[in-house]
Amino acid sequence: MVEWTDFERATIQDIFSRIDKDVVGPAALSRCLIVYPWTQRYFGSFGNLYNAAAITSNPKVAAHGKVVLSGLELAVKNMDDIKQTYADLSVLHSEKLHVDPDNFKLLADCLTIVVAAQMGPGFTCDVQAAFQKFLAVVVSSLRRQYH
Amino acid sequence: MLSKKEKQLIREIWERLTPVAEDIGADALLRMFASYPGTKTYFSHLDIGPGSAHLSSHGKKIVLAIAEGAKDISQLTVTLAPLQTLHAYQLRIDPTNFKLLSHCLLVTLACFMGEGFTPEAHAAIDKFLSAFAAVLAEKYR
Repeated sequence: MVEWTDFERATIQDIFSRIDKDVVGPAALSRCLIVYPWTQRYFGSFGNLYNAAAITSNPKVAAHGKVVLSGLELAVKNMDDIKQTYADLSVLHSEKLHVDPDNFKLLADCLTIVVAAQMGPGFTCDVQAAFQKFLAVVVSSLRRQYH
Repeated sequence: MLSKKEKQLIREIWERLTPVAEDIGADALLRMFASYPGTKTYFSHLDIGPGSAHLSSHGKKIVLAIAEGAKDISQLTVTLAPLQTLHAYQLRIDPTNFKLLSHCLLVTLACFMGEGFTPEAHAAIDKFLSAFAAVLAEKYR
Protein backbone atom coordinates (compact mmCIF):
# COMPACT_ATOMS: atom_id res chain seq x y z
CA MET A 1 0.00 0.00 0.00
CA VAL A 2 1.26 3.45 -0.85
CA GLU A 3 1.78 5.78 2.10
CA TRP A 4 0.61 9.30 1.44
CA THR A 5 1.49 12.18 3.73
CA ASP A 6 -1.21 14.75 4.52
CA PHE A 7 0.68 17.23 2.37
CA GLU A 8 0.71 14.84 -0.59
CA ARG A 9 -3.00 14.04 -0.32
CA ALA A 10 -3.93 17.68 -0.01
CA THR A 11 -1.63 18.66 -2.87
CA ILE A 12 -3.07 16.11 -5.30
CA GLN A 13 -6.67 17.04 -4.47
CA ASP A 14 -5.75 20.70 -4.77
CA ILE A 15 -4.07 20.36 -8.16
CA PHE A 16 -6.99 18.45 -9.63
CA SER A 17 -9.49 20.94 -8.28
CA ARG A 18 -7.53 23.85 -9.78
CA ILE A 19 -6.66 22.67 -13.25
CA ASP A 20 -8.99 23.11 -16.18
CA LYS A 21 -9.45 19.46 -17.07
CA ASP A 22 -10.79 20.15 -20.54
CA VAL A 23 -7.60 22.03 -21.32
CA VAL A 24 -4.97 20.02 -19.46
CA GLY A 25 -5.90 16.57 -20.79
CA PRO A 26 -5.80 17.57 -24.46
CA ALA A 27 -2.69 19.72 -23.91
CA ALA A 28 -0.78 16.88 -22.25
CA LEU A 29 -1.69 14.30 -24.88
CA SER A 30 -0.92 16.59 -27.81
CA ARG A 31 2.36 17.62 -26.19
CA CYS A 32 3.28 13.95 -25.81
CA LEU A 33 2.53 13.28 -29.49
CA ILE A 34 4.63 16.32 -30.47
CA VAL A 35 7.62 15.91 -28.14
CA TYR A 36 7.77 12.10 -28.47
CA PRO A 37 6.49 11.51 -32.01
CA TRP A 38 6.86 7.73 -31.83
CA THR A 39 3.89 7.70 -29.46
CA GLN A 40 1.77 8.51 -32.52
CA ARG A 41 1.99 4.83 -33.41
CA TYR A 42 -1.00 4.17 -31.17
CA PHE A 43 -3.20 6.75 -32.86
CA GLY A 44 -3.23 5.69 -36.49
CA SER A 45 -6.98 6.24 -36.70
CA PHE A 46 -6.80 9.84 -35.48
CA GLY A 47 -6.19 11.39 -38.90
CA ASN A 48 -3.84 14.32 -39.37
CA LEU A 49 -0.92 14.23 -36.90
CA TYR A 50 1.50 15.63 -39.44
CA ASN A 51 2.87 18.56 -37.43
CA ALA A 52 2.47 20.34 -34.11
CA ALA A 53 -0.30 22.61 -35.39
CA ALA A 54 -2.26 19.66 -36.78
CA ILE A 55 -1.89 17.70 -33.55
CA THR A 56 -2.90 20.63 -31.35
CA SER A 57 -6.06 21.25 -33.40
CA ASN A 58 -6.98 17.60 -33.93
CA PRO A 59 -10.43 16.98 -32.39
CA LYS A 60 -9.80 13.26 -31.80
CA VAL A 61 -6.64 14.07 -29.85
CA ALA A 62 -8.57 16.59 -27.77
CA ALA A 63 -11.38 14.14 -27.08
CA HIS A 64 -8.94 11.44 -26.11
CA GLY A 65 -7.01 13.83 -23.86
CA LYS A 66 -10.21 14.33 -21.88
CA VAL A 67 -10.69 10.55 -21.63
CA VAL A 68 -7.16 10.17 -20.23
CA LEU A 69 -7.73 12.89 -17.67
CA SER A 70 -10.99 11.35 -16.46
CA GLY A 71 -9.05 8.14 -16.02
CA LEU A 72 -6.65 10.06 -13.78
CA GLU A 73 -9.51 11.48 -11.76
CA LEU A 74 -10.46 7.93 -10.89
CA ALA A 75 -7.05 7.55 -9.27
CA VAL A 76 -7.44 10.87 -7.45
CA LYS A 77 -10.72 9.63 -5.95
CA ASN A 78 -9.16 6.28 -4.95
CA MET A 79 -5.69 7.26 -3.82
CA ASP A 80 -5.51 4.46 -1.29
CA ASP A 81 -6.00 1.72 -3.82
CA ILE A 82 -4.94 2.89 -7.24
CA LYS A 83 -3.56 -0.57 -8.02
CA GLN A 84 -6.95 -2.20 -7.72
CA THR A 85 -8.82 0.74 -9.27
CA TYR A 86 -6.64 0.45 -12.37
CA ALA A 87 -6.61 -3.35 -12.72
CA ASP A 88 -9.03 -3.36 -15.66
CA LEU A 89 -7.39 -0.34 -17.31
CA SER A 90 -4.06 -2.11 -17.06
CA VAL A 91 -5.46 -5.21 -18.76
CA LEU A 92 -7.00 -2.99 -21.44
CA HIS A 93 -3.70 -1.24 -22.22
CA SER A 94 -1.82 -4.53 -22.29
CA GLU A 95 -4.19 -6.98 -23.99
CA LYS A 96 -6.25 -4.78 -26.23
CA LEU A 97 -4.31 -1.58 -26.91
CA HIS A 98 -0.83 -3.19 -26.79
CA VAL A 99 0.79 -0.02 -25.46
CA ASP A 100 4.46 -0.26 -24.49
CA PRO A 101 4.32 0.71 -20.80
CA ASP A 102 7.45 2.88 -21.16
CA ASN A 103 5.13 5.33 -22.89
CA PHE A 104 3.17 5.95 -19.70
CA LYS A 105 6.12 7.80 -18.23
CA LEU A 106 6.39 10.00 -21.31
CA LEU A 107 2.77 11.09 -20.99
CA ALA A 108 3.22 11.57 -17.23
CA ASP A 109 6.19 13.88 -17.86
CA CYS A 110 4.21 15.92 -20.37
CA LEU A 111 1.34 16.20 -17.92
CA THR A 112 3.75 17.47 -15.26
CA ILE A 113 5.02 20.15 -17.64
CA VAL A 114 1.51 21.24 -18.65
CA VAL A 115 0.40 21.53 -15.02
CA ALA A 116 3.63 23.40 -14.20
CA ALA A 117 2.97 25.88 -17.00
CA GLN A 118 -0.59 26.41 -15.74
CA MET A 119 0.33 26.81 -12.08
CA GLY A 120 3.56 28.79 -12.55
CA PRO A 121 5.36 29.55 -9.28
CA GLY A 122 2.60 27.72 -7.38
CA PHE A 123 4.09 24.50 -8.74
CA THR A 124 6.82 24.47 -6.12
CA CYS A 125 9.40 21.69 -5.81
CA ASP A 126 7.40 19.99 -3.03
CA VAL A 127 4.21 20.19 -5.07
CA GLN A 128 6.10 18.76 -8.04
CA ALA A 129 7.50 15.91 -5.93
CA ALA A 130 4.01 15.02 -4.67
CA PHE A 131 2.53 15.17 -8.18
CA GLN A 132 5.32 13.03 -9.61
CA LYS A 133 4.91 10.48 -6.81
CA PHE A 134 1.19 10.28 -7.64
CA LEU A 135 1.92 9.82 -11.35
CA ALA A 136 4.56 7.18 -10.56
CA VAL A 137 1.94 5.18 -8.65
CA VAL A 138 -0.50 5.60 -11.55
CA VAL A 139 2.11 4.43 -14.05
CA SER A 140 3.12 1.49 -11.90
CA SER A 141 -0.53 0.43 -11.50
CA LEU A 142 -1.07 0.65 -15.24
CA ARG A 143 1.95 -1.59 -15.79
CA ARG A 144 0.87 -4.11 -13.20
CA GLN A 145 -1.24 -6.45 -15.31
CA TYR A 146 1.24 -6.75 -18.17
CA HIS A 147 2.70 -10.20 -18.55
CA MET B 1 17.92 15.61 -34.91
CA LEU B 2 17.53 19.37 -34.61
CA SER B 3 16.27 21.53 -37.45
CA LYS B 4 17.74 24.98 -38.13
CA LYS B 5 14.58 26.52 -36.72
CA GLU B 6 14.89 24.49 -33.53
CA LYS B 7 18.55 25.41 -33.06
CA GLN B 8 17.63 29.06 -33.35
CA LEU B 9 14.75 28.68 -30.90
CA ILE B 10 17.08 26.97 -28.43
CA ARG B 11 19.72 29.70 -28.82
CA GLU B 12 17.13 32.43 -28.24
CA ILE B 13 15.61 30.80 -25.20
CA TRP B 14 18.94 30.16 -23.46
CA GLU B 15 20.08 33.69 -24.24
CA ARG B 16 17.02 34.93 -22.36
CA LEU B 17 17.81 32.64 -19.46
CA THR B 18 21.41 33.81 -19.10
CA PRO B 19 20.64 36.94 -17.01
CA VAL B 20 18.56 34.81 -14.61
CA ALA B 21 20.88 31.81 -14.67
CA GLU B 22 21.17 31.71 -10.88
CA ASP B 23 17.42 31.57 -10.31
CA ILE B 24 16.76 29.04 -13.06
CA GLY B 25 19.66 26.81 -12.02
CA ALA B 26 18.86 26.88 -8.30
CA ASP B 27 15.17 26.21 -8.98
CA ALA B 28 15.93 23.21 -11.20
CA LEU B 29 18.38 21.77 -8.67
CA LEU B 30 15.92 22.17 -5.80
CA ARG B 31 13.23 20.41 -7.83
CA MET B 32 15.62 17.58 -8.57
CA PHE B 33 16.60 17.17 -4.91
CA ALA B 34 12.92 17.14 -3.86
CA SER B 35 11.70 14.63 -6.47
CA TYR B 36 14.82 12.48 -6.68
CA PRO B 37 16.49 12.43 -3.26
CA GLY B 38 19.27 10.11 -4.48
CA THR B 39 20.71 13.04 -6.41
CA LYS B 40 21.55 14.78 -3.14
CA THR B 41 24.33 12.28 -2.56
CA TYR B 42 26.52 14.18 -5.01
CA PHE B 43 26.29 17.34 -2.94
CA SER B 44 27.21 16.22 0.55
CA HIS B 45 30.05 18.74 0.51
CA LEU B 46 27.77 21.72 -0.18
CA ASP B 47 24.88 23.48 1.51
CA ILE B 48 21.97 22.83 -0.86
CA GLY B 49 19.15 24.27 1.22
CA PRO B 50 16.79 26.75 -0.48
CA GLY B 51 18.42 30.15 -0.73
CA SER B 52 21.92 28.92 -0.06
CA ALA B 53 24.82 30.63 -1.82
CA HIS B 54 26.23 27.25 -2.91
CA LEU B 55 22.96 26.37 -4.59
CA SER B 56 22.80 29.65 -6.50
CA SER B 57 26.38 29.57 -7.66
CA HIS B 58 26.16 25.93 -8.67
CA GLY B 59 22.87 26.44 -10.47
CA LYS B 60 24.36 29.41 -12.28
CA LYS B 61 27.38 27.38 -13.42
CA ILE B 62 25.16 24.69 -14.90
CA VAL B 63 22.78 27.04 -16.71
CA LEU B 64 25.64 29.11 -18.15
CA ALA B 65 27.39 25.96 -19.39
CA ILE B 66 24.20 24.87 -21.15
CA ALA B 67 23.73 28.36 -22.59
CA GLU B 68 27.29 28.25 -23.93
CA GLY B 69 26.54 24.93 -25.61
CA ALA B 70 23.34 26.38 -27.08
CA LYS B 71 25.25 29.11 -28.92
CA ASP B 72 26.62 26.60 -31.43
CA ILE B 73 25.06 23.19 -31.06
CA SER B 74 27.08 21.69 -33.90
CA GLN B 75 30.21 22.32 -31.82
CA LEU B 76 29.01 20.66 -28.61
CA THR B 77 31.87 18.16 -28.47
CA VAL B 78 34.42 20.98 -28.71
CA THR B 79 32.64 23.32 -26.30
CA LEU B 80 32.13 20.59 -23.71
CA ALA B 81 35.58 18.97 -23.88
CA PRO B 82 36.79 20.29 -20.50
CA LEU B 83 33.47 19.48 -18.84
CA GLN B 84 33.57 15.98 -20.34
CA THR B 85 36.90 15.37 -18.64
CA LEU B 86 35.68 16.83 -15.36
CA HIS B 87 32.58 14.63 -15.27
CA ALA B 88 34.35 11.46 -16.43
CA TYR B 89 37.38 11.53 -14.17
CA GLN B 90 36.46 13.67 -11.20
CA LEU B 91 32.75 14.07 -10.66
CA ARG B 92 31.71 10.68 -12.05
CA ILE B 93 28.03 11.47 -11.78
CA ASP B 94 26.00 8.51 -12.99
CA PRO B 95 24.61 9.65 -16.37
CA THR B 96 21.06 8.58 -15.53
CA ASN B 97 21.03 11.65 -13.30
CA PHE B 98 21.45 13.91 -16.31
CA LYS B 99 17.96 12.88 -17.42
CA LEU B 100 16.57 13.80 -14.01
CA LEU B 101 18.11 17.26 -14.05
CA SER B 102 17.02 17.76 -17.67
CA HIS B 103 13.43 16.95 -16.72
CA CYS B 104 13.56 19.38 -13.80
CA LEU B 105 15.02 22.08 -16.04
CA LEU B 106 12.03 21.60 -18.34
CA VAL B 107 9.65 21.96 -15.39
CA THR B 108 11.47 25.13 -14.27
CA LEU B 109 11.15 26.53 -17.78
CA ALA B 110 7.45 25.63 -17.86
CA CYS B 111 6.86 27.50 -14.59
CA PHE B 112 8.99 30.42 -15.75
CA MET B 113 7.63 30.72 -19.30
CA GLY B 114 4.04 29.50 -18.83
CA GLU B 115 2.23 29.46 -22.18
CA GLY B 116 5.47 30.59 -23.81
CA PHE B 117 6.86 27.11 -23.22
CA THR B 118 5.14 25.81 -26.32
CA PRO B 119 5.21 22.13 -27.37
CA GLU B 120 7.71 23.12 -30.08
CA ALA B 121 10.03 24.79 -27.58
CA HIS B 122 9.63 21.83 -25.21
CA ALA B 123 10.51 19.33 -27.94
CA ALA B 124 13.52 21.34 -29.11
CA ILE B 125 14.94 21.84 -25.64
CA ASP B 126 14.31 18.24 -24.61
CA LYS B 127 16.24 17.08 -27.66
CA PHE B 128 19.03 19.58 -27.00
CA LEU B 129 19.40 18.56 -23.36
CA SER B 130 19.53 14.87 -24.36
CA ALA B 131 22.28 15.63 -26.85
CA PHE B 132 24.10 17.76 -24.26
CA ALA B 133 23.93 14.95 -21.70
CA ALA B 134 25.12 12.38 -24.22
CA VAL B 135 28.16 14.49 -25.13
CA LEU B 136 28.88 15.16 -21.46
CA ALA B 137 29.05 11.41 -20.77
CA GLU B 138 31.20 10.58 -23.82
CA LYS B 139 34.50 10.22 -21.96
CA TYR B 140 33.06 8.02 -19.21
CA ARG B 141 34.15 4.83 -20.94
